[in-house]
Amino acid sequence: MTARIARALQAVTAERAGDAVLSVRGLTVRFRLPGGRTVAAVGDADFDLAAGECLALVGESGCGKSVLASALLGLLPGNAETSGTAFLDGTDLLAADEKTLARTVRGRRVGLVPQSPAAHLTPVRTVRSHLEETVRALTGTSRRARRKTAEDAADRAAFPAGHLDRYPHELSGGLAQRAATALALIGDARLLLADEPTTGLDRDLVDRTVDELRRHADEGRALLLITHDLAAAARIADRVAVMYAGRIVEVAPAHRFFGPTGPRHPYARGLLDALPDRAFTPVPGMPPELSALPDGCAFAPRCPRATARCATRPEPTAGVACHHPEQPRA
Amino acid sequence: MLELDSVTAGYERRAPVFRGASLTVAPGESVGLLGPSGCGKSTLARVAALLHRPDAGRLVLDGTEVRAWRHRAPRARRTAVGVVFQQPRTAADPRLTLAEPLRAAGRRAEARERVAALAPAVGLTPDLLGRRPHEVSDGQLQRACLARALTLRPRWLICDEMTAMLDASTTAALVAAVETYREETGAGLLAVGHDRVLLNRWCDRTVEWKDCLPTAA
Repeated sequence: MTARIARALQAVTAERAGDAVLSVRGLTVRFRLPGGRTVAAVGDADFDLAAGECLALVGESGCGKSVLASALLGLLPGNAETSGTAFLDGTDLLAADEKTLARTVRGRRVGLVPQSPAAHLTPVRTVRSHLEETVRALTGTSRRARRKTAEDAADRAAFPAGHLDRYPHELSGGLAQRAATALALIGDARLLLADEPTTGLDRDLVDRTVDELRRHADEGRALLLITHDLAAAARIADRVAVMYAGRIVEVAPAHRFFGPTGPRHPYARGLLDALPDRAFTPVPGMPPELSALPDGCAFAPRCPRATARCATRPEPTAGVACHHPEQPRA
Repeated sequence: MLELDSVTAGYERRAPVFRGASLTVAPGESVGLLGPSGCGKSTLARVAALLHRPDAGRLVLDGTEVRAWRHRAPRARRTAVGVVFQQPRTAADPRLTLAEPLRAAGRRAEARERVAALAPAVGLTPDLLGRRPHEVSDGQLQRACLARALTLRPRWLICDEMTAMLDASTTAALVAAVETYREETGAGLLAVGHDRVLLNRWCDRTVEWKDCLPTAA
């Protein structure tokens, strides 16, 4: 635990010193729908991510987590409008054109560990063929060395060499996940985006998968773990960002968030209280529609602490966007 | 009583997924079945839900042995069991609004009354009821799938990884909805999953998959 606290402190220091791998400011994504309606999927997201650090982005399904990841990779559909900046080693990912993204960013500087690896892999090709193609596309490895490089990549993601000649449908969920991770690691990207990498896996596999991701972060990569699985986040994250209705409502060091002090935003508290090893009580009500967000705090209708002040949107202060944050217990 | 007795089932006759699995759920009891991915627990759940005909073994439901499966099962049998699956997307008909399956509850007035009672019980708001599956989130669709399973007031409820795709808050809300229904009706529950913490909290007792199988002689 102390090592983790030290890493979290280091990350905060890195942020101040300005040597974050990824630095996101005011990231906003809107989808335009027919009839002039808009869906505000992500609003004013600010965060930094340092090398060797794991930031877990948690929230209910449909809160905009995955849209944020797609925005960073320039993979949003045509009706999306983005604003803000997301600097990765001097390149603004939101302003970069398709050519830059395709040739220098995707796979090379940002590795994506996808949500459902079975759907991510091409069903008619073996894992070896996937790896060799990626090696050829991303690195200048000569034809003869390709086989060896692909095998090394599989080894780094703990994918067993004996299964390299199998097709995706012949792999278990855990092995398919490792194959996808191996592909994400080939370009030696400094930033890894893991978008719900553990959905549908059983607990042992979840633990193994996130531990492996943690290991890749410990090797000096920055890891953005997008998940709704709080237990997985608690296991490996240095910091936790909670997203609600498209906005990051709290960013806190993981040891404080999951520890006795707990988060300060009422929604984050509610989310933790819903866990079966805690109170197991749901947050009352349902998240709002992203196409009809209120002007004020989006959580106010479900919030036990809401007052008239909540009709205006709270600005993030000291990592919490709330008019009535819980006071940290001494 | 829901009794699965020495059930052998699978998708190829020569290579069944498991052999001789037994499990009993008493009326009003909630049993959690724990096992790793791919062990066959979902197939057993499908047998219990009359959706998969076993190669051998018996299913005894409320004292009578089940002899017909799927659409061949008599209506009274089929409606005695409600099922909720893991993936709401693949379990919902994309052409139907969320409310349409719930209207199976009866004729016009009866159906309207039942929908009005079910929707708030699972936390669905009226505007969601008129939408089709692609217009709602996974969590909202799973709420509708639970409402669908409860429509005909089943005496037995089978939840196969009902909350595996869902966040903590939606999980807690759906489990609370199931438990409220069970308190009102005394229905029995078989909850299948791999989340030990969840099933221990949710169910009267939990059973390990390996303890359902005959011990190796």
